[in-house]
Amino acid sequence: MRIAVCIKQVPSTNEVRMDPVTHTIVRDARQSVTNPFDSYAIELAVQLGQKLNAETWGISMGIPATERLLRDACARGLDKAMLLTDRAFAGADTLATAYTLSLGIGYMGGADLVLCGRMAVDGDTAQIGPELAEHLGIPHVTDVCEVIEATPTKLVVRRLIEGGTQRLTVRLPALLTVAKDINQPRMPSIAGVRYGLEAPFVALGAAELGADPAHIGLAGSPTQVVRTYVPERGGEAIALEGDAATLAERLLEIIEEVSGHGRA
Amino acid sequence: MAELKINLDRCVGCGLCVSSCPAGALSMADKKARVDPDTCVLCGLCLGSCRFGAISIEKDHGGAADRDSYRDIWVFCEQRSGAVLDVGLELIAKARELAERRGCRVAALLLGRQVAHAAHSLIAAGADTVYLCEDAQLGHNLELPYAEVITRLIRSHRPEILLFGATAFGRSLAPRVAARVQTGLTADCTELDIDPDTGLLLQTRPAFGGNLMATIHTQIFRPQMATVRPGVLPAPTPDLTRTGEIVPVAPPEGLFDAVVLLEEVLTPPAASIADAEIIVAAGRGIDGHKNMALVEELAELLGGAVGCSRAVVDIGWAEYRHQIGQTGLAVSPKLLIACGISGSIQFLAGIGGAQKVVAINTDPEAPIFGVADYKIVGDCVEVLSALIARIKADRGL
Ligand SMILES: Cc1cc2nc3c(=O)[nH]c(=O)nc-3n(C[C@H](O)[C@H](O)[C@H](O)COP(=O)(O)OP(=O)(O)OC[C@H]3O[C@@H](n4cnc5c(N)ncnc54)[C@H](O)[C@@H]3O)c2cc1C
Ligand SMILES: Nc1ncnc2c1ncn2[C@@H]1O[C@H](COP(=O)(O)O)[C@@H](O)[C@H]1O
Repeated sequence: MRIAVCIKQVPSTNEVRMDPVTHTIVRDARQSVTNPFDSYAIELAVQLGQKLNAETWGISMGIPATERLLRDACARGLDKAMLLTDRAFAGADTLATAYTLSLGIGYMGGADLVLCGRMAVDGDTAQIGPELAEHLGIPHVTDVCEVIEATPTKLVVRRLIEGGTQRLTVRLPALLTVAKDINQPRMPSIAGVRYGLEAPFVALGAAELGADPAHIGLAGSPTQVVRTYVPERGGEAIALEGDAATLAERLLEIIEEVSGHGRA
Repeated sequence: MAELKINLDRCVGCGLCVSSCPAGALSMADKKARVDPDTCVLCGLCLGSCRFGAISIEKDHGGAADRDSYRDIWVFCEQRSGAVLDVGLELIAKARELAERRGCRVAALLLGRQVAHAAHSLIAAGADTVYLCEDAQLGHNLELPYAEVITRLIRSHRPEILLFGATAFGRSLAPRVAARVQTGLTADCTELDIDPDTGLLLQTRPAFGGNLMATIHTQIFRPQMATVRPGVLPAPTPDLTRTGEIVPVAPPEGLFDAVVLLEEVLTPPAASIADAEIIVAAGRGIDGHKNMALVEELAELLGGAVGCSRAVVDIGWAEYRHQIGQTGLAVSPKLLIACGISGSIQFLAGIGGAQKVVAINTDPEAPIFGVADYKIVGDCVEVLSALIARIKADRGL
């Protein structure tokens, strides 16, 4: 049995985040990191891999430097990693990315379970999972927040929907996208870090994957950015000034004006 | 292979493109911009940064061969237990507006177990045609039978544009359909328009990561597909005099049992900030979990709700259901009080419907002031405390 986890490299934001283990605030510089949602997918793959005695793979399409993140994923417990990297992949939108990832998974010999993050924090489309499942011809479930039962042929999962959850059975092979808080991603152990450095790793380009040039990179991407701009702002804001008490007074007037119209 | 081209005759060496590149692929050499093709990911974010039209992306073409045979704008109208979600009506109204410009018709896709009664509300919202498919396999929102019916309809009727609401189900179903018919899909658009020159659907959304908007099109693949979050577009006033045709569609072909719903647990709908009339919203400038209590207290005194930016959710000061913005909720209160929120594009994407915005920020240059009706340059904690004290004093609390 084989489990594949899709891992995306994203630019780390300058935002502060809590370290899930130490509960301290991490402020990292602009550097590439593993898409945070994918960390939960990696942890789930490690847990299910142990339980179902499956081989676990990390797979990413990205620049050569993504190798570092894939090795980090192996340090956290994945068995092997595959990087799809080629200039011909540049400019891929979700359709072309999903196609390329499907070739990588085919190259491994297919997977019984494919795990993705719920979304990538940079592009934030949440489209790769369902599109990849379609390319692989397997069912998918998005926003999975709990795996209740797992056997080599079937999973029982819980997924988040607006205002609640659904419990579903999913026949394998299938793809899941994983919501935050499904688990507590582990930190790599020292032995893990050592394993990560020498874990089986393969980098493949378009030719090795037998990719159809019309389906990869920009050429295989139906969508294209035609314009970027900074939106125009509305008119000038009215400045409120004075000490805190004066400001409170003015704000209260504004609030009363608004709720005056609002209250039935 | 596609590449980024710099027209050296047009390039004046201003360097604006260099700072626009998230991948660090652009640099200056001999007072001209230069691209490193190995680093460039062809994202297109630099295109808008060049005031001299010196940057272009050349693309080899594939796509739908007979794209002129695709016509009309379709809206997938999700329903739950037979009730059509508002986002479907919002999209039909938008589709109506686009169809007038494009000179085509609007069709709604209504799929479910017993949903025929809802068809007229879709016509009243602006649909000319309702494709109605009723079947027990469509009783729950499960992707595979829905995708089968929708792709079959696309193949036989060839819509030019297909829109989905970006609900949990819409965001799961639309990419499945897009991949099956091999076309493009733009997630979470905040604006849709028709290009007057090309007739293409212009799909605008906050740009990937940057503090920019990006307009995206699907030039040669069909249909052109997009999702839009609930509440971003205005709801239509139904016109009950409109007429339209209801076209029955054959049920899903096949048995779809790879994913089976066992149970659905719905928590009684908590009051959503999407419906609140007054929202007190906190950003990272609220500076600490303990100050969230001030935001909550003010919201409660005003009978309003608490909102926040994503930064606040990421740090853990508030739960996701309070998040406003592109990846949170779109809100349309009568009054929004933004405390310590910088006003990133992604945040602003959620407050287009707010009637009045008061912004409190220590930074006079904060972008939030650009959309505010009232601005206070100052410490939001201080202002909140004073306002709470004042209201309590007035009410004798
Ligand atoms: C794909 C993607 C999707 C995103 N989706 C969303 C989304 O849906 N919603 C969202 O909000 N963000 C979203 N973001 C994040 C967004 O880009 C910003 O990072 C975020 O909105 C910043 O939140 P903020 O304004 O609270 O924090 P900051 O940008 O850090 O701003 C804090 C502000 O507080 C001010 N300040 C500091 N101290 C005080 C004080 N004492 N009193 C008053 N003001 C003070 C500062 O001057 C500053 O302007 C998304 C990002 C990406 C990449
Ligand atoms: N280039 C990529 N390589 C590997 N996995 C990816 C890539 N892009 C997206 N994914 C996966 O798809 C998920 C959703 O991404 P997105 O659709 O971009 O929001 C991510 O959490 C990853 O698991």
